[in-house]
Amino acid sequence: MTNSRDGNAAGNETGMTPKQDALPEIFVIGINHVSAPVDLREQLAFSTDQSEAALAALKKSDTIQEILIISTCNRVEFLLTALCRESAVKTVTEALSKAKGTPARLFEPALYVHSGDKAVRHVFRVTSSLDSMIVGEPQILGQIKDAYRLAVDNKATGVMLNRLLHKAFSTAKRVRSETGIGDRAVSISHAAVELAKKIFGQLDGKTVLLIGAGEMAELAVEHLHRNRASGSLLVANRTFEAAVRLAHRFSGSAFRFEEIGKTLIHADIIISSTGSREYVIDQGLVRPIMRARRNRPLFFIDIAVPRDIDPEINRMDNAYVYDIDDLHGVINENISTRKDESVKAERIIDEAVIRFGHWRESLDAVPTIKEIRGKLANIAEAELEKTLQSMGHLSREDIASLGKMIDSIVNKSLHDPMIFLKNPGSHRDKSLYIDIARKIFNLEDE
Amino acid sequence: MSYLLIPVVAFYLTSSACYGAYLFMQQDRLQRAGFTLVIVGFALHTMIVASKALYSGVIPVRNLHETLLFAAWIFAAVFLASKTHSRLKILGVFAAPLIALITAAAFMVPDTSVEIESALTSLWLIAHVMLIFTGMASLTLAAGTGLLFLIQKRNIKGKKHRFFFKRLPSLEMLDSTGYTFVVIGFTALTVGLITGFVYAHMVWGRFWSWDPKEVWSAITWLIYAALLHERLVSRWRGSRAAVLAIIGFAAMLFTFLGVNFLLEGHHDEFTRW
Repeated sequence: MTNSRDGNAAGNETGMTPKQDALPEIFVIGINHVSAPVDLREQLAFSTDQSEAALAALKKSDTIQEILIISTCNRVEFLLTALCRESAVKTVTEALSKAKGTPARLFEPALYVHSGDKAVRHVFRVTSSLDSMIVGEPQILGQIKDAYRLAVDNKATGVMLNRLLHKAFSTAKRVRSETGIGDRAVSISHAAVELAKKIFGQLDGKTVLLIGAGEMAELAVEHLHRNRASGSLLVANRTFEAAVRLAHRFSGSAFRFEEIGKTLIHADIIISSTGSREYVIDQGLVRPIMRARRNRPLFFIDIAVPRDIDPEINRMDNAYVYDIDDLHGVINENISTRKDESVKAERIIDEAVIRFGHWRESLDAVPTIKEIRGKLANIAEAELEKTLQSMGHLSREDIASLGKMIDSIVNKSLHDPMIFLKNPGSHRDKSLYIDIARKIFNLEDE
Repeated sequence: MSYLLIPVVAFYLTSSACYGAYLFMQQDRLQRAGFTLVIVGFALHTMIVASKALYSGVIPVRNLHETLLFAAWIFAAVFLASKTHSRLKILGVFAAPLIALITAAAFMVPDTSVEIESALTSLWLIAHVMLIFTGMASLTLAAGTGLLFLIQKRNIKGKKHRFFFKRLPSLEMLDSTGYTFVVIGFTALTVGLITGFVYAHMVWGRFWSWDPKEVWSAITWLIYAALLHERLVSRWRGSRAAVLAIIGFAAMLFTFLGVNFLLEGHHDEFTRW
């Protein structure tokens, strides 16, 4: 029995020869707003349908065991478990290149690969919105939940990713409730709305122009809408499709990037969050427009890093420019408390990473078997002791041989389960069985 | 009679204190108390002005005391009237102290007895004085809102949201309120000047006599005319309109007081003391 299974496993894998009793490793392969410019991110972004197709394709691959795809405006990431780093990266790169029709050499330089604890930390940081362009923006949690649900529906996740994602959600919740990080993004868009009110008085009928679609920009738009900025919403984006999609969501109208100059005549509040390296709007664009607008005030909210709006525009009459730092400065938080909050959040994440690491280690067959054996041995010894109390007539040798007998009962009854747990078969998810074993024996997690 | 002014000044001063406290504490009842106190002060104030007018049978602007008292009364009336249309609560913060200040100044200046000039009974002159004062009060409020606009704009542009940012209303509201005050003030000023010309023609036989007061009135009028013209034609808004309203106010103040004290002319008697 055992031999045949072993032979099976040895013959299975390709030249990568992963250690047979090794557990799969967690990997994050992807690009984000730091590693890749916006046009590349937009080019590689996955819609829900595309994600589903990619999940199905990658699930079939031999190299990858569990898989989840996160695609937002600021990141495209593949979260997966695999035994071999090189083959996993190769598989994902090929799948990405094929799905998006983009040669791999275009995005490879921007690709990052995290593994093990680093990958776990990355997932926790992303979910807790510490890796966001606007730290603390709340939408990322929902987006990852959606991505996870999609993966679960497609049966693409297993024990490792299930556990990782659940821990990521609870960590994000903890970061949100125990630090002021979450308030910050909300307070930024709140501050922007308050500012708009101080400039325009009533926001009724004010037109909002959104340049570039981003998580934070959407938050600001929602905030403005809630404050009755009921005028029309204009959306301009480099990829027109994204503009159309967002405009549809807020029942606004979509424009091409080249039309920004024209739309400025009608817009009152401009929220810009493109990934452009140069200014999207400069003085030369605004000056002639002021006349056409009959000097009605213009309020620019620049939440892009690097900035989209030339700050010199703030010097022009009836034009007001606030970038993300200005908004931060306005929310009378001094820098030291902000730092404290980040330190606190990182500490919570450190803790979660360590605990997850412990759990993952426990998934190894050896410690699990040790723990099971320990538990059974304890029970047997306790029972033996109880029995011996009423059996005073036994000699020392008798007691010793009873002890031996109990040890060998424990060992022999654990023999087959142990062999199985050490190698449940190459096509089976070892972590799943170990996890089940731990649950059956009620071994403590973490 | 001037001892009667003590309660008036007291009401106005208490009102100013309320508005001052409102500025810091932002409690609405303080602002309402301040407004009520202006009403009470104004009622008493009205009785004093009315009794003076009935007693002498002329419009009470015969010396500096009476002129200031009358100016303060008109100012208070304009302020109260403006409150029925504008939700600008912050207005009282500078209007109430200003009313108190002018009334207090009137109280300090002796009410020297003067012989009654029959000219002061002319309806044209009464209309002239009342309209000019109404215009001045309105334009003073315009300059005040202009100043508030500039402060608030500085707050927003400078990205420092300290004390005044929260307490001052939106730029749009300050701008439109200021504009309303300029329109009302300018209209009153224009009609007031016309009645003045008519009166001058009746008394001296000519509309215009290059009197310093007349020249400075013309300068003031031209500044406000320019402001309104730019506003209507090229949609001047915001800071430029605010700055011009303040410049206009400075010119108006000089026309009202500066000319009388530094230059000479046929308006001297009203500020004699």
